[in-house]
Amino acid sequence: MTLLKIEGMRVEFPSRRGSVVAAKDVNLELASGEILGIVGESGAGKSTIANAVLDLLDPPGIMPKGKVFLEGERIDGLSLEQMRKIRGKRIGMIFQDPLTSLNPLQTIQEQLVETITTHLPMNNKQALERSIEMLEKVGIPEPAIRIKHYPHQFSGGMRQRVVIALSLCAEPDVILADEPTTALDVSIQAQILDLMRKLVKETGVGMIIITHDMGVISDVCDRVMVMYRGDVVEIGPTRKILGNPDHPYTRSLISAVPRPDKRLHRFPLVEYIEEAGVPYKPIDIKTHWLGQARDFDKPKSDHLISIKNLEMRFLTVDSVFKSKRKYLRAVDDVSFDIREGEVFGLVGESGSGKSTVARLICGIYKPFGGQVIFDGTDLTALGSRRVANHYRRQMQMIFQDPFSSLNGRMRVGDIVAEPIKFHKLASSNAEVKSIVNDLLDHVGLGAIAAKKFPHEFSGGQRQRISIARALATRPRFLICDEPTSALDVSIQAQVLNLLKDLQEELSLTMLFISHDLPVIRQVCDRVAVMRDGKLVEVADTEDLFEAPQTDYSRHLLELMPRLEGLSGAG
Amino acid sequence: MPEYFKDFWRRFFDSDIWWSFKSSPLVVVASIVTFIMIFSSVFATYVAPFNPFDLAQFDLMDNLKPPVWMEDGTSKFLLGTDDQGRDVLSTILYGSRVSLLVGFLSVIFAMIIGIVVGLVAGYSGGWVDAVLMRIADVQLSFPAILIALLVDGIVRGILPKGSHDELAVYVLIVAIALSFWVQYARTVRSSTMVERTKEYVQAAQVIGLPQPLILLRHILPNVMGPVLVIATIQLALAVITEATLSFLGVGVPPTSPSLGTLIRVGNDYLFSGEWWITVFPGLALVILVLAVNILGDWLRDALNPKLR
Repeated sequence: MTLLKIEGMRVEFPSRRGSVVAAKDVNLELASGEILGIVGESGAGKSTIANAVLDLLDPPGIMPKGKVFLEGERIDGLSLEQMRKIRGKRIGMIFQDPLTSLNPLQTIQEQLVETITTHLPMNNKQALERSIEMLEKVGIPEPAIRIKHYPHQFSGGMRQRVVIALSLCAEPDVILADEPTTALDVSIQAQILDLMRKLVKETGVGMIIITHDMGVISDVCDRVMVMYRGDVVEIGPTRKILGNPDHPYTRSLISAVPRPDKRLHRFPLVEYIEEAGVPYKPIDIKTHWLGQARDFDKPKSDHLISIKNLEMRFLTVDSVFKSKRKYLRAVDDVSFDIREGEVFGLVGESGSGKSTVARLICGIYKPFGGQVIFDGTDLTALGSRRVANHYRRQMQMIFQDPFSSLNGRMRVGDIVAEPIKFHKLASSNAEVKSIVNDLLDHVGLGAIAAKKFPHEFSGGQRQRISIARALATRPRFLICDEPTSALDVSIQAQVLNLLKDLQEELSLTMLFISHDLPVIRQVCDRVAVMRDGKLVEVADTEDLFEAPQTDYSRHLLELMPRLEGLSGAG
Repeated sequence: MPEYFKDFWRRFFDSDIWWSFKSSPLVVVASIVTFIMIFSSVFATYVAPFNPFDLAQFDLMDNLKPPVWMEDGTSKFLLGTDDQGRDVLSTILYGSRVSLLVGFLSVIFAMIIGIVVGLVAGYSGGWVDAVLMRIADVQLSFPAILIALLVDGIVRGILPKGSHDELAVYVLIVAIALSFWVQYARTVRSSTMVERTKEYVQAAQVIGLPQPLILLRHILPNVMGPVLVIATIQLALAVITEATLSFLGVGVPPTSPSLGTLIRVGNDYLFSGEWWITVFPGLALVILVLAVNILGDWLRDALNPKLR
């Protein structure tokens, strides 16, 4: 039975510079008990479809064309009051961020009971019973006690369960889930996806999952719709789309997904997505600026970096008395070595302390205890700023968020020139300028980028600017802190390719931090697994993926989306 | 670099700010009024029909003439004359010059103090922050006028008697600035605390830049937006405070009158029927403050991306 049907939907956002078409000619049908995935990259118009169905488009969005049917009855163009009765009651919603989709000032009970009594003919007592039953259904232990708690007393995954319970409690026919697991850790993502699948099969509702993540699609969806810049590119059964896609965009998108099962040298076929700008051209390291006068000493041992018993604590409860102070042990007795010229991965869930380790190494935080030995010198014991700068120049960092890691008030050229000027790596302004242009060229942006401001670039291009800035000090050690987790998969593939080319060309040593195991497998030579500030396992990448030694590593690997039946493109 | 400027103007006329400016007639009118008032007071020597400070140019016989449209009014004195026979229009133009000078300088002075305190407090945190912000709190608990009176009193005590009148304007500027810096400091401090944690600041740390350079080159430009908006609103406030202090008799001396002094002088004649001496300077003050305030309000909204 067809629950939801969309015919010829078109959504526009009129602005003073002409209309932006966010979705054109969307047709879809959703049957009961079915999970339909809508996949695409940011700006493809996925969320717009869900919002248009519920008449929740952000102003000034409008739907000039198209029809929406719910169980054969037309629901577009209804009055506000009629629409309000459909939202929540007949179409439930699950939003991306479980931290903000619950009211922090109300207990879970208040929120559930309110929703139920609004939509179903029940009194408070019946509603309470039903609430507890719903919480039990979504797998919250001791629901009768937990229902009295406030949202902040639940973890992220538990909160998303509550949100699911909230969206199910009024017995809707259709559930729209917009990136329901994006804000969650892999282990919790797997549980939530299992739960959603189970509930859909049990209750016979239809569900639309909007996501950018091929792993989610391959895990739970029956059918997939692929979108590209407002167009529906392809729609069909999951197995068919993932295994044997027709459209070149889908093929290119799938080839950009990091494969968990085998290591490829590079990501193939990623040029379809973003205008590549300037094609990558190899440089001769012996004559190029990046290779000149690196004045690095010959490595004293084959370990470029040695971390010894590193420890970091953040004060959580302050007190005048030392013994009463409480600390969060963000990094607890961590030791590892990174060899010259290798890519060393650091993997773990959020809060495991991986980013803190990176910041301790490059000196943004001062360690509570332990040593960071860089090329035979203990950096934590360095006194003077001048000496420290000598080492700082040799290690640079690429940050996670491309939107906050560049100063929006500076031109790109000045951003890249700043480290060159500060460390006096060039003799004249003209030389600085030519080096900057060359670097921007090299990361694929072209010299014209120097005159622009960061906000004129997309996330992937900004990450390239970050890379150019990091290269500007001629480093030998590069720390990448989740460099691609804020990017779309195809852009991620391009940026990872670039990093790989640079690493090989300049024989850089890299510390690569990520929560994404498939990415780690594609990029790293050796991997360290972290959990709750402690090091769990250090192993060669292939050994870790094929034969993990510890329970936690095995657990992490099991949670990794399998992407079975993925097309063999590349 | 004409090419660069051409590019700048093209971008400017294409920008959202220019667009939101154009689409609000109230703001256009306010900016024209502000411009005319600033222009005519800066070039008062050329614009004003008389120089009210040149004894040769006015005659005691012309005193207390009403505005031109009333009986006895002459076209020589468009807005009438005061008790000494000075042209009211000219005194207003010369007076708003003093008012605007005090307004601009005190705002700039307050802005500098506030930005420095705010940046240091926000970036260092800890006890430095605590001490600076407690000082700011103490400052906030005094009304601006009380602080101005205090500064004025101290300066009167320290300086020799004769020199006070010459320095009166500067005393006023310092006094107003000292009572206005807290707003800037608080705003800059909170924006700095937000910016400090952003990754571009960490990137600058990794490059090895020293703290003062990070503050000036990276954080300062990113916290200036709200500061400029406060400045336009504070400019109007500073002009009013100056007028209030001058009205109370602790501001600029009657020999180089500001708008506030003019209102005070005219106040004595209000009840004997010569209303124009006090009403016109008052009107000029209201129009100036209103126009600048409208501009400030608009700028606050135009620069806030959430309200766009």
